Order: sequence, then structure tokens, then C-alpha cells
Amino acid sequence: MNFVDEAVEGAAVESVWRKSQESRCESKSCQTRPIPTQELAVQVGGVTENGTQTERTNDQRVLDLDLGPLLDYPDVGAFLKRVAEDMIRELKKNWRSHAFDGYEVTWKEPSSQVSCLHSLQYLEAVTKHLEVTSISWNSTGSIVSCAYGRLGDGDWSTEKTYVCTWNLDRRGFNPNHPDVVLEVFGSVMCLAFHPSRPSIIAGGLYNGEVLVWDISRADDPLIGRTGLSIDSHTDPVHQVRWLQDQPQGQRLQVLSVSSDGKILLWQMEKDGRLVLIDGFALVTQQIPSIAEINKPSRGDNAVGVTCLSFSHFDPSLFMVGSEGGYLLKCSSTAKTAAITNMACSIPLKAPAQFTFSPHEGPVYSVDCSPFHRNLFLSAGTDGHAHLYTMLQPKPLSSLELSQKYLFSIRWSPVRPLLFAAASGDGNIQLFDLGKSSQKPSLTIKQTDNEKPVYCVEFNCVQTQVLAAGDGTGTVKIWQLSSDFTVQGAQEMNLLDNIANRGPD
Amino acid sequence: MSEVEETLKRIQAQKGVIGTIVVNSEGIPIRTTLDNSTTVQYAGLFHQLSMKARSTVRDIDPQNDLTFLRIRSKKHEIMVAPDKEYLLIVIQNPSD
Repeated sequence: MNFVDEAVEGAAVESVWRKSQESRCESKSCQTRPIPTQELAVQVGGVTENGTQTERTNDQRVLDLDLGPLLDYPDVGAFLKRVAEDMIRELKKNWRSHAFDGYEVTWKEPSSQVSCLHSLQYLEAVTKHLEVTSISWNSTGSIVSCAYGRLGDGDWSTEKTYVCTWNLDRRGFNPNHPDVVLEVFGSVMCLAFHPSRPSIIAGGLYNGEVLVWDISRADDPLIGRTGLSIDSHTDPVHQVRWLQDQPQGQRLQVLSVSSDGKILLWQMEKDGRLVLIDGFALVTQQIPSIAEINKPSRGDNAVGVTCLSFSHFDPSLFMVGSEGGYLLKCSSTAKTAAITNMACSIPLKAPAQFTFSPHEGPVYSVDCSPFHRNLFLSAGTDGHAHLYTMLQPKPLSSLELSQKYLFSIRWSPVRPLLFAAASGDGNIQLFDLGKSSQKPSLTIKQTDNEKPVYCVEFNCVQTQVLAAGDGTGTVKIWQLSSDFTVQGAQEMNLLDNIANRGPD
Repeated sequence: MSEVEETLKRIQAQKGVIGTIVVNSEGIPIRTTLDNSTTVQYAGLFHQLSMKARSTVRDIDPQNDLTFLRIRSKKHEIMVAPDKEYLLIVIQNPSD
């Protein structure tokens, strides 16, 4: 490494101190924005609690069979293959076989006699010469109730009448002492026990009111009433009916028919009022085939409704009997408004769909067959019972059962071919279409003094008994012989044949 | 359509047949042409009855066995074809 002398020029740096002094001096300011603060509180106003529970279904046996095809069952095919041929051969043979024709087995000791089991009376009502206007069995079949009133000289009176019930299975049952006596001011025209709740009963009064009682409540059995409002009937209520197949827990709904031409559906409210929720009105102009005969006249001509029966197969279908002798097929799903100036808080509908050829006088009773979807019976003041099919206007048969009025007619709940009719000459006629299509199989004499029998009801649970109420104020409970309580082998087929043949 | 369905359909097509049910060895219905509740009732009861009928036949003669069971009632004729694993139940209306 060599060190050499070298002269290096001096370096000069310009002074900048002043300048820099100037440039550095700057005034600045800085401030953060004020931070806004707020206080908030939140709280829920109220607390509600809700509970829900599914109802227990009655049918516990139901199983979800849709799972079936998903599961693999080995050898089902092989099994079926093995047995199918034999099975089919036997099915064919069986269909041709007549081995069992007319073969009957006597399982029960046949009771050959029809006898009167009980004769029920409420003395206070009998001494006032009140008549049994209506009877009804409750859903268990052990309680029978009867309404005391006056059918003959019905009046807008507020005379005290009674609704009495007897429990026939109760120990200490006394035919002359009802278990429950309900006092009513005004004549009771009709009664109906609830189809599933054994202590609930509805009644219709001469003044147009509909009442509901709960006979299990000793102190205040009256649990519902329509009162007299613009909605209520203006004429006697001739029949009350509970709506069938109501889901559990729903409010009670009762239907009433009256000679003012209205069919009203009432719903029970919690406060004990019956509130109108649906209604129908029958007016002459809107009834098929009558409207054509009678030229529309001025004003509305209400068709007085005297009785009603629901179809057992179509819940929206019901048959109605009228004071004019007409029978009408009606539908509760009708939408047409009724042409009427009757005062009412809800629009009334015109339900009539079809008219059947009439009786020669007011119809008092109509009943749809529990075994055949088209057949129904009617009875009226002309003493004739008509058997109709809903498909033809003319009756299949017209039977003269009495020289006097017929007040009530009912199909047997167990024998498809049997019906009972209550007549004005004091008899109950039991008519077996399988035995004879002309004359009754048995005539039961209910009253000795020719006082009319007003109502007859089969018991749907204890099917061997029949109740009938009469003009002397007595309800008689009849025990039927096994001829009238046991279904024969070919009865359903015979009923089908009757329904399918033309009118006589 | 499977072979099983076809056979069932053929049986169901016979005159007067109301319903056909196939039941397994536990009495549980596995094929049916009827509604649920009717099926379950028939299956349970006829399974029991078939077992009872079989044991009756075998108790009387151990060499013997049940091959077919038919019941005549007022309204129907019910035929049961038993097997090791399954039962075939057919409900028929008697002819008029």
C-alpha cells in the first residue's frame, strides 16, 4: 500500500440555518371530534307463556304402514307364489258355493217377546196433562230424557214445563221419579242429547228459543241459551240436532229447525250464549219444482221446516220435511243467498237442491238410513210412511200405517230393513221390509186410551231397547225380541235391491 | 310392478274380494289393500288365531299341521294361508 500526497479542494456547505428556521416553523392544530355518548336501556314489556299439547288420538292401533314397501322382506314373493294359486282357486270356488245359503246360527237364547221394561212418568207433569213431545237417548245409551210440553194446543205461554232424565242402569232407579228434572218456562218441543258428551242436552222451545243443559251440573244445569233476539226463531223449534264429527275441544254447535222456515246453526260461547254462526232459509221461490208450480207471489213465502235428518254418509247432506208436505234434499255447502227479508245478523243461504213428491199434509218426521246412502223415510199427518231413494222424486213405497197421524219414524240402528213408526192411534209399528213390504211385522200398543204416541227412539248402544213417549205423559221402554235386533245374513243385499228397484 | 304386487293384484281381482293382507311372523302387516286401522286389527287378531289353530291341530296329532284356515261369518268369508314366515289373509264377501 502506498501513501501519496494529494491536495484536496476545500468543500463548502452553504449555510441554511436561517432558511430552515423559516421553513420549519409552522403552526398546526389538531383536535379529535367530540365523542358522543348516549345511554339506552331496553326491556321486554310483558311475559307471556304458551303451552301446547297434542291430543291423544283414539285409535292407538294405527301404524304407519307406508314404511312397508321400504323394508325388505325376503321370500315374500316366494311365499305368495306358493299360496296364491291355492288361494285363488278357493276364492273362486267360494264365490260359486251356495253351501251356507240361509244358514243361521243361534248364538243367543232368542227372546221372542216384545215386552215393556219400564213405564216412566213424572207425576207433576202428568197431573198438568203435559205430553211427552220428544225423547232422546244419551251417548252411553243408559240415560233417557224426555221433554214435557204441549203439541196439540201449543201456545205462546210461559207455563212451566219439564225436561226429565232417567238413568235406567242406576241403582235405585225409580220409574216415577226422574233423576233430573229441569224446569222450563214455555213448552219444550224437541230434545237431543249430544252424540259424544253424555251429559249435554239441547232443547228447542215453542217460543223459538234453543237451550243447552249439562245435567251433570246439579245447581245450574242451563249452560247455554239463544235468548230471544233478531236471530232467534220466530216460530216453534221443531227439531234440534248436534253437529256430528266435531273435533275434540271445539265449541259445541247445535242446529235448530223451525216452522218459520229457518235452519240455524248455533255455536256455544264461553259466557253461555248461543251465537248464530250459519243459517239457511227455505223460501217457496227457491225450492226446485215447487217454484214452477206456484208462480212467485209477492213477499217471501217461508217454507215451515218441521224435521231434519243428516245423511250418515255425507255430512254436508241433509233431508228436510216441511209443513207443506214437501221433502227437500239440502246441502249445507250451499252458497246461494236466500231471497228473504227475514231479519238476521248473518246472510242466510238457500240450501234446497231437490224436491221429492210430497205427502198430503205436513211431514212430521224424516230419517236417513244408517245403512244405505240413498234411502230415507218420512212420515206425516196423512198416516203414510214413505220410503224414498234420494235419486228419484217418487217414493219407492208408500205405506199406510195409520188412519191417524204419524208423528215419528226411525230406522233401526242395527237392522238395515227395520224401522219403527209412532202413530196417532197410540201404536208403535215395527216394520220389517224383509218380511213384508205391505204390512207391519208388529204393532205395539203403547196407550190404552188411543192417545197418540209422539216420539220413538231406538237406543244405539243397547240396541234391544226402544223408547216411546206419548200423549198421556208416559215414556215406555220396550225390550225388542231378537227378530228385531239381530241382522240377518242377506239383509244388506236386500236393502240394496230395494234401493235399486223403481217405484211400485 | 314387482312380482309381489302382481300376485296381490291378481288375488284382489277375484270376485267378492274385499281385502288382502300379508302379515309377517310377528303379526305385523307388511302388505295390504285395506286402510291402516282395519289392516292392523285383522293382522293382529288373525295372526293370533292362526297360531292358536296351528297349536290345536298339532296338540291333537303332532304329526299333523295346519295348512289352511277359513272362517265363515255372517258377513264375510276370511281365508288364511299360513306359512313359516308369513300369513296371507283374504277377506271375501260371500256370493248372493
